[in-house]
Amino acid sequence: MSAIPANLAVEVAPIAVSRGYWATVFRRTLRDKVTVVCALILLALVVIAIFAPWIAPADPLATSMLKRLAKVGSEGHLLGTDELGRDLLSRLIYGGRLSLFIGILPVVNAFIIGTALGVTAGFAGGPVNTAIMRTMDVFFAFPSVLLAIAISGVLGAGLFNSIVSLTIVFIPPITRVAESVTTQVRNLDYVDAARASGANALTIVRVHVLGNVLGPVFIYATSLMSVCMILASGLSFLGLGTKPPAAEWGLMLNTLRTAIYTNPLVAALPGVMIFVTSICFNLMSDGLRQAMDIKQ
Amino acid sequence: MTTLLEVVQLRKHFPIKGGLLNRQTATVRAVDGVSFTVEQGETLGVVGESGCGKSTTARLTMHLLTPDEGTIVFDGKTVGSSQMPLRTLRRQMQMVFQDSFASLNPRLTIEESIAFGPRVHGVPGKEARERARDLLAKVGLNPAQFIRRYPHELSGGQRQRVNIARALALQPRLLILDESVSALDKSVQAQVLNLLSDLKAEFGLTYLFISHDLHVVKYMSDRVMVMYLGKVAEVGPVQAIYNKPLHPYTSGLLSAMPSLDPDQRTAAPPLVGDPPNPINPPSGCRFRTRCPYAEGVCAEVEPKLSAIGADRLAACHMVNPDSGHTKAGMALDVPVLPSLMKKTEATA
Amino acid sequence: MSAVPISTVPASPDPAGDPLVQVRDLTVRFTNSDATIHAVNGVSFDLHRGEVLGILGESGSGKSVTLKTLMRLLPERKSKLGGSMRVAGQDVIAMNASQLTAYRGKIVSMIFQEPMLAFDPVFTIGQQIGEAVIKHEGVSRVEARKRALQMLERVQIPSAARRLDAYPHELSGGMRQRAMIALALACKPQLLLADEPTTALDATVQIQILLLLRELQKEFGMAVIFVTHDVGAAVEVSDRIAVMYAGRFIETGDIRALIRQPRHPYSQGLLAANVLPGSAREGRVEAIPGSPPNLAAVPPGCAFAPRCKYVEERCRGAYPVATTVAASHTVHCILSEAGAQSAV
Repeated sequence: MSAIPANLAVEVAPIAVSRGYWATVFRRTLRDKVTVVCALILLALVVIAIFAPWIAPADPLATSMLKRLAKVGSEGHLLGTDELGRDLLSRLIYGGRLSLFIGILPVVNAFIIGTALGVTAGFAGGPVNTAIMRTMDVFFAFPSVLLAIAISGVLGAGLFNSIVSLTIVFIPPITRVAESVTTQVRNLDYVDAARASGANALTIVRVHVLGNVLGPVFIYATSLMSVCMILASGLSFLGLGTKPPAAEWGLMLNTLRTAIYTNPLVAALPGVMIFVTSICFNLMSDGLRQAMDIKQ
Repeated sequence: MTTLLEVVQLRKHFPIKGGLLNRQTATVRAVDGVSFTVEQGETLGVVGESGCGKSTTARLTMHLLTPDEGTIVFDGKTVGSSQMPLRTLRRQMQMVFQDSFASLNPRLTIEESIAFGPRVHGVPGKEARERARDLLAKVGLNPAQFIRRYPHELSGGQRQRVNIARALALQPRLLILDESVSALDKSVQAQVLNLLSDLKAEFGLTYLFISHDLHVVKYMSDRVMVMYLGKVAEVGPVQAIYNKPLHPYTSGLLSAMPSLDPDQRTAAPPLVGDPPNPINPPSGCRFRTRCPYAEGVCAEVEPKLSAIGADRLAACHMVNPDSGHTKAGMALDVPVLPSLMKKTEATA
Repeated sequence: MSAVPISTVPASPDPAGDPLVQVRDLTVRFTNSDATIHAVNGVSFDLHRGEVLGILGESGSGKSVTLKTLMRLLPERKSKLGGSMRVAGQDVIAMNASQLTAYRGKIVSMIFQEPMLAFDPVFTIGQQIGEAVIKHEGVSRVEARKRALQMLERVQIPSAARRLDAYPHELSGGMRQRAMIALALACKPQLLLADEPTTALDATVQIQILLLLRELQKEFGMAVIFVTHDVGAAVEVSDRIAVMYAGRFIETGDIRALIRQPRHPYSQGLLAANVLPGSAREGRVEAIPGSPPNLAAVPPGCAFAPRCKYVEERCRGAYPVATTVAASHTVHCILSEAGAQSAV
């Protein structure tokens, strides 16, 4: 190792401990109380959903015509019963499994596919970009609800089909965001410097582009999760998603519709769960965005 | 002196698309027939104002942009041919950009950023990292303190040193410095200029030094090239150009430097109006709209770069004795541009 | 290397009467969750009517913050001001919102480095200049338009009448800067603050704007505070110069005296770095080592001590007092104290 020339200005580095970007983001997130609370709530919901058989007090499918539409706080049923006498608390707990699954998985799928398409379009530019983005524009022209209904209608009802349908709905917006971020990153000097080093396109994308694109796209994707949940619930509500007697919050909202005059509190509960989950996703996404916006 | 780099008639036009079908409505003639040479071991300074095409020329020389026309010859071999494919050129010629922050990937450590180039060319990881540490020391940064850092933890001057180290990692022979010190504070700039001089001596480098700061260019360069609106106005040894500029634009540019003597303040601006737009350059000599010596021939015929003396070139009708200008061939006698009262419509 | 004819020495500013600007021990602190930034650490100066003060400094010196404080443009909740600041007899730090509205534009005006920041992109130049005149002087729209046209002609914008109805993005860089000057001077302020107005301009345009400012300053009789990092720009317009480092004026003086014989080692280094005497082939330029201090933790004593080649132990102990080396030329450095001569 060569010695540092004595008369060169050696500057002392300012910070004692160097942390990676993600580590810094993590620490900043931890300081944001709202985000932490939301993350904990979501974590709790996921844990409850996973351990549903051990946590739920009753069988979610056990009907009883005698105990229909019991009020909240009734004997043996903490949150009452639905129109077929099934324990609402258990159904809500079991419902979390399907609802969270159907709310998160399509977005994860769309994230993978959309990022791949968007980065390709953004980096390649020219005719490839036009081909991909104009195709996305066609899908984008439809309101997401309409698109989801249309695709579900074609494919038929059921869990798998609604996941496919929702994935397709969310690919265009994610592709758009990924393409836009990639285009910005592609014009930065460090990408030019990488090209000047002689690296080929794949290496540049892997080393330089992807790391800087995934962050913003991820944040955008988390904000879509709440929309996906609501859309999924809507599909179930319309009968295009999960089929009865499965417990799923959107489906429960549908079947409890008629009970809104007799037992409004019970009828509203599935909606409350959807609301809480969506808000937590949104606030968490916001908090992440702020944490990632480190003023350099 | 051997010629290391020769650039012949580079041309690059950018189309402006607009209108209903996104057709081409106009062209930005960013670089319009630029030729120059760089000798081994020298520093060629390039000066000019916004719109002159110096940054575009740098990127064309680096082949980050593909020229519309023109050839680049490095070390006697034409770039793009089998003797000098692009990949080989990349090892011989590197560039340091102006924006020190945008030049570094915020997600990579300093060590990773510097080692990236060598690894692309097959240098094994351990050796590449070793080279990175070595170079950090050479540019005045203590490797132990800096290898694991991220760009946002460094100051502007430190980042620019890292950029220089990164450019040297491939052991190039020619370094293009595109406004590399312009964004730095003056005191830091002085440090980096010293560093560049030391590195040039140690590694036997050749520099193409682009800047808008005339003091810096005078300090660093052996020869200077002045560009205006996509063309070369004048080339020559630095002392000759600064003492006796031949092209009226060079004259105006040098006179526009603010005075450093409070008793000898500038009385009137040497050139009026803004530098024009490279979209619709004037016919003939592009400088004629702001030139106090412009005549009819200047609007009709574009002046070629003519030699005057052994080592100077200027593209002005006053230099060429056969041009038809009233002062043809008398450029050496024309006084350095006095304050100019000519009112010229500045093209918006 | 300026080869244009010598100009006559400008008439000296009027020192008679109270100074227009009186600043005493100004301190500005920015508070955020991580740390407190000591941007300005005790700045004192007087400025008389018609006088031009150039503040020379690099990034992080506090020069822009000082300027913004004079117009109270700092974010209210995050900044804490100390000391006193009087302009035209009024206490600027104590002003409330309505007093500030009357103060800004009428008594003090500012021009910025980036002219696009001063203009609203959806209104024409003429409308914006006119609006300033109407707000402060209450004239009619027709009269305001006439005044706007006059101002555009004063700043030498060609085809002023046509440009009156142009939008900011339709003008080139140099013309936008002229338009911003017209906007700033529309109500004939007594004090003009210029925050690096020529830094982003090309060389040939920069000199035009500098000369324009000089002319207008003489014509309007304004006091000007001109902030820059470029010595040449400061020399062209200033009567006096203050060199700023780490939030303090470390040397102030008449422009001739300071440029010919800078006393503070930082001033000397800064001037050398601007001028770059000699050439790289002959030898190295004398560069100040290190980088500016972290304003979140300003050390006691002289802030320049870690980088100074003449540093002694007592430099780190206490900030050197002001030594007057000549008429109105003061330095804060032990080298100038008690007759000690600095090795220039």
